[in-house]
Amino acid sequence: MTRVEPWRVTTRPTPPSPIGESVPRRDGVAKVTGAARYATDMAVPGMAWAKVLRSPYPHARIRSIDTSAAKALPGVIAVVTAEDLKARGDINLYYGHALTDHPILADGVVRYSGEAVAGVVAEDELTAYEAAQAILVDYEPLTVVVDVEGALGSGAPVIHEKEAKQGFHRGFDEDIQRDHPNVCSTAVQKFGDIDAAFAGAHLVLEGEYRYPNSYAYAMEPYNSMAEWRHGGLTVWTSCQHPFMVRDDVSHVFNLALANMRVIAPYVGGGYGSKSYTKIEPLTAALALVAGRPVKLVLSIDESILTTRGDGARVRIKTAFEADGRIRGRQAEILLNTGAYAENSPLVARKSANRISGPYRIPALDITCRAIYTNTAPASSFRGFGAPQGVLPGESQIDEAAERLGIDPIEIRRRNVVAPGEAPWPKVRGLDADLQADLSLVAEALDWASTPQPSHARGIAISASDAGSEPVSTALIRIHVDGSATATIGTSEIGQGSATVMAQIVAAELGIPLENVSLLQSDTAAVAYDRSTGASRSTTIVGLALQDAARDARAQLREWAGEVWSAESIEEARGGLVVGGVHRGWGEIVGAYFAGDFGEVVGRGRVRKVGATKQMPPFWEVGCVGVEVHVDEETGQIRVDKLVTVGDVGCAINPQLVESQDLGAAIMGFGMALTEELIYTDEGTLLNGNIVEYRVPRASDMPEYIGIIAERGDGVGIYGAKGGGEGSLNPVAAAIANAVRRAAGIRLREAPFTPERVWLAIRERDAAK
Amino acid sequence: MPETIDITLSVNGLAHELAVQANVTIADLLRLELGLTGAKISCDMQVCGACTVLVDGLAVSGCTYLAVDADGREVATVEGLATDGVLNPLQQAFIDHAAFQCGYCTPGMLMSATALLAENPRPSRAEVIAGIDGNICRCTGYLPIIDAVLQAAEAGAQR
Ligand code: FES
Ligand code: FES
Repeated sequence: MTRVEPWRVTTRPTPPSPIGESVPRRDGVAKVTGAARYATDMAVPGMAWAKVLRSPYPHARIRSIDTSAAKALPGVIAVVTAEDLKARGDINLYYGHALTDHPILADGVVRYSGEAVAGVVAEDELTAYEAAQAILVDYEPLTVVVDVEGALGSGAPVIHEKEAKQGFHRGFDEDIQRDHPNVCSTAVQKFGDIDAAFAGAHLVLEGEYRYPNSYAYAMEPYNSMAEWRHGGLTVWTSCQHPFMVRDDVSHVFNLALANMRVIAPYVGGGYGSKSYTKIEPLTAALALVAGRPVKLVLSIDESILTTRGDGARVRIKTAFEADGRIRGRQAEILLNTGAYAENSPLVARKSANRISGPYRIPALDITCRAIYTNTAPASSFRGFGAPQGVLPGESQIDEAAERLGIDPIEIRRRNVVAPGEAPWPKVRGLDADLQADLSLVAEALDWASTPQPSHARGIAISASDAGSEPVSTALIRIHVDGSATATIGTSEIGQGSATVMAQIVAAELGIPLENVSLLQSDTAAVAYDRSTGASRSTTIVGLALQDAARDARAQLREWAGEVWSAESIEEARGGLVVGGVHRGWGEIVGAYFAGDFGEVVGRGRVRKVGATKQMPPFWEVGCVGVEVHVDEETGQIRVDKLVTVGDVGCAINPQLVESQDLGAAIMGFGMALTEELIYTDEGTLLNGNIVEYRVPRASDMPEYIGIIAERGDGVGIYGAKGGGEGSLNPVAAAIANAVRRAAGIRLREAPFTPERVWLAIRERDAAK
Repeated sequence: MPETIDITLSVNGLAHELAVQANVTIADLLRLELGLTGAKISCDMQVCGACTVLVDGLAVSGCTYLAVDADGREVATVEGLATDGVLNPLQQAFIDHAAFQCGYCTPGMLMSATALLAENPRPSRAEVIAGIDGNICRCTGYLPIIDAVLQAAEAGAQR
């Protein structure tokens, strides 16, 4: 558990200060003094509290709901069901950016245990809770299906009888096709002659793998507060994508975007689980009915029932040459998407894209289907479909290495795409150097040396088409004193955007960091940004800020020319040299407005043109090594050493990059070893709380070497590209590969609990 | 109106006389009545440590500790760590090591570490880990937090 100083490998040119410097986090003082405000801390005058009644049945028809006893309780302001909302005529009950299949409150049928059936607004939270318990619901239980095999079986209950309309958010069109009523979406990734690839193969490996239904456990539970004023709606919420939530909620209430304001203060953890819309429509609907501002704070147990990560069953087949080169890969991925689509169509698309890895593969035939089941809805979760496929994919690479007598690092070297080479047709070439990253991990793990008995090392790598849509805008206002305020739509979810974006503005304007302030994530006040996810902010919003700074500087150049009618104007740090005299930005602003007032507004934007035309905007690679010890008696795996490479092009703030990588890897570690939501066949979630859903703790931490590789190869400013997910994706596979070498067992189902390991060891011994 | 019980307690050195319901937790009292929102609620079942505050110097889970039980006692929260706007060595160490990301666990983590350092001013690495093992952090992977606490211990020893 010692700590090794981060390694940095830098071949990029030196960027201007303070880029590349580990300046202290700008949210630091607020966060260590308790002053940082999260949505959960917000209150407005006249605010009432809401609570939700949830279904105890995983699948049932609602015969009737009797709210009279609840309404009669003192302090109760409103009790609301789907019927009430439908009767109003001014609310669209169903929402969903991909598929509008999700009712704000259950509409005659519940599809999972924990689904919201009614909402109560009261003067205080306890009264709201008690009133919710006083609602009587008459349910008629229906057949339940909790796993993907069951959902696709003959005689499976149909979870959505009506086909849902597509959501406002396009891009899923071709994937929304179903060969079975319980299929939510199908993503296909296919090229090359797959039959020939398998027919001529020296070695074909086949296997079935499982990845658990998981929970991101952002420590701040889902919560929001809604207030209607003057026909407009303001929602304070713990969300990653305020603009996406704005768009979604505006559809629910038929509001113009201009009348809809979403504010995301500091977000207490996201990891994908707070992307897109969650309880905002319900909170706003309750506020509308109650005629009061309403605050709804879910418990963590309710948050688990709100969104989880997609579990997966993966059948995979890979064909190899005798020298270890991959000839082709075929896979069928079934994602357990739960009761509603949420963002799973995109998770399915990404899973199909990411299972092939950063390899040169002549033929690929991947189908990934998102499957409805009677479990809590699944959606985005850090890694986004990647870990589900990397575990099987990278396990087979190691299996091939073993069968063919090739070193695991060497077999990857023979297959990884070179920098600039595209892993599949019509995509951006890889903007990373995995050969070099592999060498770094090998060195950090001391790969060539012999580990102690019962210890072994393993590695795995991954590549994710990251960055989401390259659509962002930014505004920079330079004030008359030369300081600047930038507005961006990216949320501060802990990733450090408040710090990194300020560094970018300071560098682009050549002004001290102290003179930069940021306004983030208030859709009425800041420039549009699509989302805070897919590791995109530093890269995409960074480019928008650079563009805004360029625009501001260009305007100031024009203004300076006009004011001083100078012949020569040169760019200089913090201003311009006009006719030989250095004029600071503020001075130019003041001179232009002829006084000590005024400001210039620089407008920046990024869209799918130029450098960001080719998709994906960047690749996020993962390269992880571990050393593990397996206790043969107990089946306990101990990870002694963890190595990650943050291949980020240019680390705007290296300390934050390292922090992201370690955090991501430890999340992968939890998923590999302990984390799994367990459903009974009857649809009951057995461990829907943080006692029984075990996340890593301080005493679980391995020794860690975090390597940061900066080769200036990203599309972002100074060659930057995103990080923060890459080091999660290969962790489970790296551990499985190490365990194989330590104990001779091949683990195909995560998490690798002591019980599963112990059983595999017994099976190994029985086969001897 | 539900029945209330009169209590007196000090919070970060400030005396309060309050009438509280018997079922109100100290976390709710601090957050909703006194406007001290530093302590956070997460698991709400005494396993994550986000709500940790000190009562007479002892770290307790604010989500389950009843306000009435703090009658006559001294409560310390994250808001009381800095003096006149100057961060204490532990807070400074958290910033130096980037020992947080989202910061939601931080108030509780700081209070657990405060209790640890008060009891054991020069903890070993293993003792630091044991001292914060009841506090979950989902963001950082803990190592920066452990380093920060060790740095604060070092700084304390040099004073
Ligand atoms: S909220 Fe009190 S311990 Fe988790
Ligand atoms: S900093 Fe986010 S949970 Fe610890």
